[in-house]
Amino acid sequence: MRAPRPFRRELIATWGFVARNIHLTKRYWGWELVWFVYSLTSSLAVAYIGLGTERLSGPGVDGNYLTLYLLVGTLVWSYLSQIFYVISEMVAWERWEGTIEYTFMAPSSRLTHLVGTSLFAVVYGVARTLLILAAAALFFDLNLVGADLGAATLWLFVGSISFTGFGILAAVMPLLFPERGVQMTNVVAALLLLISGVYYPVEVLPGWLQFLARVSPATYVIRGMRGAILEGRGLGDAARPLVLLFLGGLAMIVFGTWAFSLAERYAKRTGRLKRSG
Amino acid sequence: MDALSIKGLKKRFLKGRKGEVRALWGIGLRVAPGEIYGVLGPNGSGKSTLVRIVATLLLPDAGEVRVFGYDVVREARKVRELIHRVSTEAAFFKKLSPMENLLYGARLYGIPGRIAARRARELFSRLGLPPERVGKPMEQLSRGQQQKVAIARAFLHPPRLLLLDEPTTGLDPRSKREVQELILELREREGTTVFLTTHDMDEADRICDRVAILDEGRIVAQGTPAALKARVSRDGAEATMEEVFFAVTGKEWRDDESTEAV
Repeated sequence: MRAPRPFRRELIATWGFVARNIHLTKRYWGWELVWFVYSLTSSLAVAYIGLGTERLSGPGVDGNYLTLYLLVGTLVWSYLSQIFYVISEMVAWERWEGTIEYTFMAPSSRLTHLVGTSLFAVVYGVARTLLILAAAALFFDLNLVGADLGAATLWLFVGSISFTGFGILAAVMPLLFPERGVQMTNVVAALLLLISGVYYPVEVLPGWLQFLARVSPATYVIRGMRGAILEGRGLGDAARPLVLLFLGGLAMIVFGTWAFSLAERYAKRTGRLKRSG
Repeated sequence: MDALSIKGLKKRFLKGRKGEVRALWGIGLRVAPGEIYGVLGPNGSGKSTLVRIVATLLLPDAGEVRVFGYDVVREARKVRELIHRVSTEAAFFKKLSPMENLLYGARLYGIPGRIAARRARELFSRLGLPPERVGKPMEQLSRGQQQKVAIARAFLHPPRLLLLDEPTTGLDPRSKREVQELILELREREGTTVFLTTHDMDEADRICDRVAILDEGRIVAQGTPAALKARVSRDGAEATMEEVFFAVTGKEWRDDESTEAV
């Protein structure tokens, strides 16, 4: 059999990771349904807090604004955290299935592995979030007149890059700590949820948490998304933070990939690749 | 050029705070192209560690391992293009079907899905995997069928060096025989070099051109099965491989499959 050219081979391998995850999603459809219902009901429950606050506090509170504020936060977080989990748990998932040595023995590059997994994470995250949004629209009278949807899409795209980098960096932990790595990635995700202003402005946090909020890319993505959807802020206002977020995301991907390669070498030196946790 | 050459290979693992396990200690061997070379040893003797190092899944502490001249540490990508490993455990996505698992595996080696699917069907047919099983989740297949799928996956992108890490452990006698026949057939048809670890004395005797006996991380004897048996035979009676093992290690052979392999 004639060997394909290196670039074409890596492209085929990239699709291999995407197709594999699509097959897995289909085979685990029961769990997919469970998580979808869970995410949808969580999003609805959070969004209803907006209307509930208006009822409790009186007409001084704009319930519809608050509902949309919370819905944007919960949907963007649902999307970004999905990307984070799919990428950060790629090692743990393969350890659990018992395929990690097979995947790491293949001649495709580790970058291809990371790109393929990240590509699926983004496509999966978009599809899932759009479904939740469509279902949520049945429950609320969402008024998007005046929203700058183009700017919102760009914020989401740039946010995807940042969270891909974060996910790759977090994937190092299951590689280094077979027994505790996944727990650690969950702690990271929980901290990001707390400090990124998903359900409230970060200004209400204590000073030291506000300092941490500055290093979370989710803080900027959620703030940018709210600006675009609730206040119709266009790209003119957002250019500088978008460029900074984009460059930061790229730097995080490069740093994450480098850290992953070091962790892989360490795992191969100490025999941690195979151990199941 | 040797298909596989190993010189002075050492590997140890740290256990706990101060303890360490010497998994391999000064291993040296050479495997010729087209040869079936068996590494025989009890569980914990270092067989799986040896295969993992050749498969670029573990880094050695010392020594040199080359596959068709390529160094497994410095030229790992080149080595990975030439090898494939089939292990005792079925390294599959349990919910995916044999076809879905093979498509994934083939794409990692740069084989497009359409070509891989056609080749997979041919291999399944040759291996006698019932067509109705091809689309079922792997977890619904028997161990013997899973092992056949593992071997089919290895031959989607025919390797020049096939690493078989106890490929028949846990199989019933009939499945074991079928897998052994398959190894011999594939060597004959594809000219593949096979590096096999086993703790099955009869298997080593039956299918290997040469064997090395590994004990506590060291090779204590190597040669053809016939030569090793001749070395320990008494009164003209042909010795068994168990007797060879006893003679070179001073230990009784214990075929304990439940012990975790090193």
